[in-house]
Amino acid sequence: MTEIWHGLTKAFELIFTFDPEVMAIAGLSLRIAVTSVLLASIICLPLGSLIHFRSFPGKRILISLIQTFYSIPTVTVGLFVFVLFSRSGPLGGLNLLFTPTVMVIGQILLVMPILLGLTISALSGVDRTITDTARSLGASGWQTVLVVMKEARFAVMAAIILGFGRAISEVGLALMVGGNIKGFTRVITTAISLETSKGDIELSMALGIILIFIALIINLVLNRIQQRR
Amino acid sequence: MTFIATTGVWQKRDGRDILKNIDIRIDRGEVFALIGPTGAGKTTLLRLIDMLDRPSAGKIIFDGADVTASEKARLEARRRTAFVLQKPVVFNASVYDNVAYGLKWHGEGRRPVGEKVDGILETVGLAEYKKRNARTLSGGEVQRVAIARALAVKPELLLLDEPTANLDPVSASKIEDLIWDIIKRDDLTVVMATHDMSQGQRLSDRISVLVNGQIVQSGGAREVFTSPRNREVAEFVGMENIIDGTIISGETGLAVIDIYGKAIEAVTECNVGEGVLVCIRPEDVTVALSKLSSSARNCLAGTVNWTAYDGPICRVQIDCGFPLVALVTRKSADELGLLKGKPVYATFKAVSIHVIKRH
Repeated sequence: MTEIWHGLTKAFELIFTFDPEVMAIAGLSLRIAVTSVLLASIICLPLGSLIHFRSFPGKRILISLIQTFYSIPTVTVGLFVFVLFSRSGPLGGLNLLFTPTVMVIGQILLVMPILLGLTISALSGVDRTITDTARSLGASGWQTVLVVMKEARFAVMAAIILGFGRAISEVGLALMVGGNIKGFTRVITTAISLETSKGDIELSMALGIILIFIALIINLVLNRIQQRR
Repeated sequence: MTFIATTGVWQKRDGRDILKNIDIRIDRGEVFALIGPTGAGKTTLLRLIDMLDRPSAGKIIFDGADVTASEKARLEARRRTAFVLQKPVVFNASVYDNVAYGLKWHGEGRRPVGEKVDGILETVGLAEYKKRNARTLSGGEVQRVAIARALAVKPELLLLDEPTANLDPVSASKIEDLIWDIIKRDDLTVVMATHDMSQGQRLSDRISVLVNGQIVQSGGAREVFTSPRNREVAEFVGMENIIDGTIISGETGLAVIDIYGKAIEAVTECNVGEGVLVCIRPEDVTVALSKLSSSARNCLAGTVNWTAYDGPICRVQIDCGFPLVALVTRKSADELGLLKGKPVYATFKAVSIHVIKRH
């Protein structure tokens, strides 16, 4: 109990004195998660709209497949990206393994099913008459997509925030493709894992508190969005 | 000049024919009503005219061009058309933005959009709700927003799908007046779907009756109302008395028809021996306690079966060998003492009977 109390005090000290190492790790975590979710959104929002608005054979199967990948283990994605970018892999020549770039690529792949699936379901939740109304008022294909997307904005935003939550809290992928290199690819989750195994409970706890704090903010924003609906 | 035409249009859904071989022509400036019971295919046809759906077969000609040919042609035609849907929905935005959307999609600049939106909101009486979220409005107000945003884009063709179906009588009347004023002011071409026969008659120049996906009769509003072509149309336009009969004699257009052993005279071109449907509007039947000395050729004795009051009107069913419904004022019903079993005379003119040849 004393150890936990001691750990907590030390953790708050590290946070409130803006300890350079803690801040660097937290900063990198945020940068990687924000970048990957932003890029994934740029891909998934139009792609999800395309899947929703177009009719094609196998559409239902594709949507089911996307939904299945919501809960894909992070280590599986990590393994896939590792094989892809390892020296002998098809993209090995790019020399991206153990860099923040490959961590971003991995996290994009990780959050894409969530963003894609929830975007499709958000658009499906919009009354079909909205689409008809926009088209009958002279909206072109993309103008219709934009207005329907605007109608589904709260659900789409919730999808983005959930994607961010998954990106920032994952550890398997970051460890496998990032390599947990101090000052370069070390993020909150990989640092907690390492420092705990080293016995540096204070640093782990400080990072854990920051992660919980981020999760709390995500939850508050989500609740606020849902209340606005 | 024909502005909108459909030629041989079919629409199938789940293997079922929703529309069958629809051929209509609507002139520029004409107010055309599609009437028919719920589920007849009116909305489906309007959606096809607005190119929201593509027909399974046939062509839709908009101002001389076949718009079924390409998406570009469909979008161009849609931008010259406005459609007020049966259950209009508003975008989750302010009343102003709801009306402005269409104008922006038509490529209007910010300043003209503002002026036009303000003008049209004034016309539909929603100027003070400009900044309110449209989702907080009442049913009648939402209908006004729908009409405002449709008219804001200055359409050449206005499609109205049951424009007052979901409104209370007071709101419905106000919306109808508003539509009527705008149609006349802007000289719009209008295609209106309604199951309300009297609304179709009030607002339109020409009517087509759609039953089970087929146009069964087209013509002037009065013509369709007074001379239905078959039993379905007759029932739809409110011919409450549709009785089977056989022509037993006749000369120069005036025939004697046998109805359940009673002979009545009617004006018809049908021949002796032919089976016919005799249609008599309840409002054309006069009820009296004694035989009337009038020019009316038909006067049948009977007894009152039942009476039903509807505001100032009383509906009376008389058994005169066959059931015959008549309309009298509440005051007359009270004065005549129309109670079940009361002996009365039902009188109607030969010219007020519409005779349909039975197939």
